[in-house]
Amino acid sequence: MAELTYRQAVARGIAQEMERDPRVFFIGEDVAAAGGVFKTTEGLQERFGPERVRDTPISEEAITGAVMGAAMNGLRPIAEIMFSDFFATCWDIVANQIAKARYMTDGQITLPLVIRSANGGGARFGAQHSQAMENWAMAIPGLKVVAPSNPRDVVGLLAASVRDDDPVIFLEQKSLYASKGDVPDGEIVDELGKATVVREGADITVVALAAMVPRALQAAEMLAGRGVDVEVIDLRSLVPLDMTTVLHSVAKTSRLATVEENPRLCGWGAEVTSIVTEEAFYDLDGPTLRITTPHIPLPSADTLEDLAMPSAELIAARVLQAGNA
Amino acid sequence: MTSAAEASTSPIAISIEKKLEMYRMMLDARLFEEKAHKLFFEGLVKGTSHLALGQEAVAAGFAAAMREDDLTFCTYRGHTHTLLRGAPMDRLMAELLGRSTGICGGKGGSMHLTDVTVGAMGSYAIVGAHLPIAAGAAWAAQARGTDQVAVAFFGDGATNIGAFHEALNLAAVWNLPVVFVCENNLYMEYTPIGAVTAVPHPAADRAAAYGLEGVILDGNDIEAVYTIAMRALEHARSGNGPVLIEAKTYRHGGHSRADPGKYRPDEEVEAWLQRDPIPAFRSRLEASGVATATLDQIEAASDAAVEAATEAARNAPYPDPTTLETEVWADGGSAWRN
Repeated sequence: MAELTYRQAVARGIAQEMERDPRVFFIGEDVAAAGGVFKTTEGLQERFGPERVRDTPISEEAITGAVMGAAMNGLRPIAEIMFSDFFATCWDIVANQIAKARYMTDGQITLPLVIRSANGGGARFGAQHSQAMENWAMAIPGLKVVAPSNPRDVVGLLAASVRDDDPVIFLEQKSLYASKGDVPDGEIVDELGKATVVREGADITVVALAAMVPRALQAAEMLAGRGVDVEVIDLRSLVPLDMTTVLHSVAKTSRLATVEENPRLCGWGAEVTSIVTEEAFYDLDGPTLRITTPHIPLPSADTLEDLAMPSAELIAARVLQAGNA
Repeated sequence: MTSAAEASTSPIAISIEKKLEMYRMMLDARLFEEKAHKLFFEGLVKGTSHLALGQEAVAAGFAAAMREDDLTFCTYRGHTHTLLRGAPMDRLMAELLGRSTGICGGKGGSMHLTDVTVGAMGSYAIVGAHLPIAAGAAWAAQARGTDQVAVAFFGDGATNIGAFHEALNLAAVWNLPVVFVCENNLYMEYTPIGAVTAVPHPAADRAAAYGLEGVILDGNDIEAVYTIAMRALEHARSGNGPVLIEAKTYRHGGHSRADPGKYRPDEEVEAWLQRDPIPAFRSRLEASGVATATLDQIEAASDAAVEAATEAARNAPYPDPTTLETEVWADGGSAWRN
C-alpha cells in the first residue's frame, strides 16, 4: 500500500498498462519530455521511450484522429487532451468519427482507445479551462465516459479503460490532482459501469461524480450532526451507468439527490433522476433533488467560482431544505 | 519524391495485364456509379450520393498500385475508392439500396462505405476528418513495423480545413508512411476552389509549409496516376515520410445528386468531357495494339457485373429490425446501463 496523489496515480495507471501491453502508446501536448502540464505523466517517456510516449503539436484534431487511426491498425493508444474544454476543437473527430465508426460500419471497426483529459472547475482558470464536459460525451452514443474520484480509482478505472475495446473518455478532475489516497500495491483493474457506495446511510441517497464525491462525503458528515443519515454513491462512470446500485439504494433510503459540477441543463443528474422516477417512483417519499452549478459559464474569481460550484455546505443545506419541505 | 514533369518524361514500365486491369477498374467504377445514379431516380437509392464520374483514373491508378495490406481512407465521394480496393460490388450496391446484405448492413449508406477486409478503412463524410485518421493508421504501421502505407483521398475543398493542416504537419514531423491525394476537381462543392483559396494550387502550394514537395498530376491520365502512385507508395514505405499529391480532375456531374452543376460554364464542362479518362485510355490502348474486341469484352464484363450486382441488391431483404441497436459497442450491443 502506498499513499499517492491523484496526479501520481495517473502515471501509475498508464505505466501499469504500458508495462503489460506493448500495443499501448501514449501521446499528447507536453506529455512526454515535460511530463504533462499537470505533471500527471512524469517519468513515462524515460521509462517507455520516445516512440511509445510522444509529444504532439497543439493539434487536437491530429491527436484524436491519430489515436483513432492507430486503434484501427493494431495499437491501443491513449491520448491526452490537456484541458477538457479543448474537446470542442476536435469534437468532429470524437463525436462524429470515433463514436460512430463501429455502428456505421456494422462492427467492422473496433476502437480500443482512451482519451484522458483534465476536467472541471475549482482551479480559478475561468470559463475556457474549467468546464466539466462529461455531459457532452455522455450524450453521444458510442463513447464510454469515466471520471474517478480518488487515486485508487484512477489506477483501476484507467486500466479498465485501456483494456476496454471501446473508446473511453477518461476525465480527471483537475482540482483533485493534489489530493491523496491509499493505493494498493500490485496490479489494479476495475470494471467499468460499477458504482461504489462510499458511505452507507438510511435517509437519503446522494449520487456524485469525481470532485463532487469528497464534497458529498463532507456534506454527509455535516448532516450526520443534524440527524440525517446520508448514503453517498460514487458513480465512477456515466457510460456504462450503474443504475442497479442507485435504484437499490433509493429502495432503501426513499430519497434521491444528485450532485454535479455541471451547468443545470441536461446534466447527468437529470438522466439519473428521470430513470429513478420512471422505475422507482413509488420507492420515493419526496421530490428528487438536483444540485448543479447555475446555468452559467464558470467565473474566474475564487469567491465567484466557489459560489458557483456545489460546496459541502451547499449540498448539506439543500438536502436539509428538501427534507424539511 | 519526383515532380510530375519528371514522372511524365520517365514513365515506369506498366505491363499490358496491368493496363487492362486498370481499364477494367475504371469501367467497373463508371458503370457502377451510372447505375447508382439511375437507381436514385427510381427511388431505390435514398438520401444522397456523391458521384466521382470523370474522376475514376485517380482511384483506379492508386488502387492498382497499392499493396494488399495498404489502407485507403476516402470521402463521401467514395464509391469508387471502396469498390476498386476490392469490396464486393453486390454488397456495395446493396448498401446503397439499404439492404441487409449491404457492406455495412445498411447502417452506413452511400457516404460511409467501408470494407476493412480489403483495406477500405472508411468513407468519411465530414470534410477533412480522415486525414489525421489516416496519419494515425500510418503511425501504427510505423510503430508496428508493418510496412503498410495509408492513403487518404480528399477533395480540393478539404485543403482549407484545419484537419488537413494538422494532419500534414503531424505526418511530416513524425515522418509517417502516408500519402495524401487531393482530387482537385476545381469546385469545393458549388463554389470554384480558386474563388475561396489564397493560392492557385490548393494542395500543392501548401506542401512547402510542411517541408514537402508539391506534386501536381494530371488526374485524368491513368498511367501518370499509376506511375506517381507507385513512386509515392515506395517513398512512404521506405521510411521517407509523407507525400502530398494534387491530382487535377473534374467531376462530370454536380456535387451531389441534388446538384445539376449549373454553375459551371458549358465550355469548361465540354472541354473536360473531351478529357474523359476512360475513352482517352481506350484510344491509347488501341493505338498500342490492343484489339478492340478485347476492350469490348472488358466493357461487357463490367456491364454484366454491375447488372448482376444490381439484381442481387434489388432482391436482397431489408435489414432485420433487430439490427437497429447492434454494434454500438465491441460486445455487439448498445447497452449503456444496467
